[in-house]
Amino acid sequence: MPIDIDIAHVARLARLGLSDEELSGYQAQLGVILDHAARVQEFDTEGVEPTAHPLSMVNAFRPDEVRPSLDRREVLEQSPAHEDGYFRVPPHLETQ
Amino acid sequence: MNWEPVIGIEVHVELKTASKMFCGCRVDFGSEPNTNVCPVCLALPGALPVPNEQAIEWIVQIGLALNCTISPQSLFHRKNYFYADLPKNYQISQFDIPVCSGGFLDVVLDGETVRVAINRVHQEEDTGKSIHVGGGGRIHSAEATLLDFNRAGVPLVEVVTEPDIHSPAQARAYAQQLRSVIETLGVSDAKLEEGSMRFDANVSIRPQGDQELGAKVEVKNMNSFRSLERALAYEIVRQTELREDGQRIPQETRHWDEEAGITQGMRSKEGSSDYRYFPEPDLVPIVVSDEQRERIRSTLPELPHERRARYVDFGLDSHAAWVLVSGEDGLAGLFEDAVGLGADPKQVAKWLTGETTAYLRREDATIESRALTAAHLVEMTGMLAAGKLSASAAKEVLTGVLDGEGSPGEVATARDLIQMSDGAAIEVEVDAVLDSNPDALEKIRSGDMKPFGFLVGQVMRATSGKADPKVVNEILRNRASQ
Repeated sequence: MPIDIDIAHVARLARLGLSDEELSGYQAQLGVILDHAARVQEFDTEGVEPTAHPLSMVNAFRPDEVRPSLDRREVLEQSPAHEDGYFRVPPHLETQ
Repeated sequence: MNWEPVIGIEVHVELKTASKMFCGCRVDFGSEPNTNVCPVCLALPGALPVPNEQAIEWIVQIGLALNCTISPQSLFHRKNYFYADLPKNYQISQFDIPVCSGGFLDVVLDGETVRVAINRVHQEEDTGKSIHVGGGGRIHSAEATLLDFNRAGVPLVEVVTEPDIHSPAQARAYAQQLRSVIETLGVSDAKLEEGSMRFDANVSIRPQGDQELGAKVEVKNMNSFRSLERALAYEIVRQTELREDGQRIPQETRHWDEEAGITQGMRSKEGSSDYRYFPEPDLVPIVVSDEQRERIRSTLPELPHERRARYVDFGLDSHAAWVLVSGEDGLAGLFEDAVGLGADPKQVAKWLTGETTAYLRREDATIESRALTAAHLVEMTGMLAAGKLSASAAKEVLTGVLDGEGSPGEVATARDLIQMSDGAAIEVEVDAVLDSNPDALEKIRSGDMKPFGFLVGQVMRATSGKADPKVVNEILRNRASQ
């Protein structure tokens, strides 16, 4: 049984403009992936330690030391537009 | 119907580490835009974050100071959303296992203690800064947005309360006292005006006695303790009026407009609640061992509530202790130093919490910007105790010292405020007055006390008000009984 998924909503969250054809194609593909995930969830994990990360490493930290930053001119030149040392982008209204 | 406000507060605190949370770029707010940036905080392909060890140590300190449980193992998650000031299109934050959870802060308000439950304290990173240009500077008609990523990736700690606060005054007291804790720990500048401490509030109302929570409204953009209190008061009235009018309150985010004194709905974000958190694959878990936790606990400085308790032991009332610890910056340090130099704690506290605090508010000044030192306080309270200054003269002297006119002795001399407390000198004045009023003393001796006050007044007049009235009274009584 394929899992129902609001593919238009997912596309909107990822800021993807998909055609109707693409929407139904991805709908089917993502459904298969979710079916697989649902099957994995059926495993009995009683007594199994949760895995947060495939590496068994923890606490990979760095000391609080300043390291050189990039050259601003070089950085800004990589961008489509800049102004007075700032990156310039189309206006965005929402605030986080 | 009686409506009960239910308030939860989220406070963001920027840590004052030397470098950013996940890269070595400098944390500095005065820099030219985009000069403290690197592949990690600009989200260039292939860059990998590495957490700042100092930030982790500090968030554990904050958690312990707020009586939280420190997770033996916690995780970073990605919080996904699209916004230009966040170049990765996700923020590294924490989700189901934050570093600290389940604490509390005891808040003192009007002499009563209110316990505010803390849900969690988690580690994340700050965003860049946007400036909207064109369209007359108005955000809705802006032509472009300019971005500065110097702040992107600065370590940010979020402290989230339970919906446990029931008035705007409590909310303000909580925010102020949390700030006082953070300042004491010395892990952040905690400056509201510079944005190194920022708060958002969730507000709902419910019929008094109800257990269920109403639809919550998130209020943003409050840049001072006063605006936090005002915004909440406004929001509670707005919601109450809607409910009394039989209307439903939509769940939304509202923006506090300081000038207009109102909250306004913001254009809603599509799927804004759908952050699709997932474990950050680039970062391994954070483990805080029992030994490490206890080591950090043992380095905690004296916290504000502990300091208040110690001041009460000095004999101060709880209000004075509270003002010293959580009022104007620097008062507690001056108090401690003056008491260390031998001044009477109650007297020093009285002049710091009273006249000095009033002066700083009036002048909108900080204590650091003024010349008052602990030694000045010792000198001034000493002069008061010795009768060299009257209480009203002391006020003037303190103002003079704060204005930078010199030490209390210098100010008192320059302004001619030294009270005559030398018995011999006052005796001469008293005798002169008695000589010119020979009948007065006889009347007093025969039991008619009426001329007594007149005689005191004459001596004060003769000394231009500088004689210590206590000493004058004493000498007159002596003369009358001879």
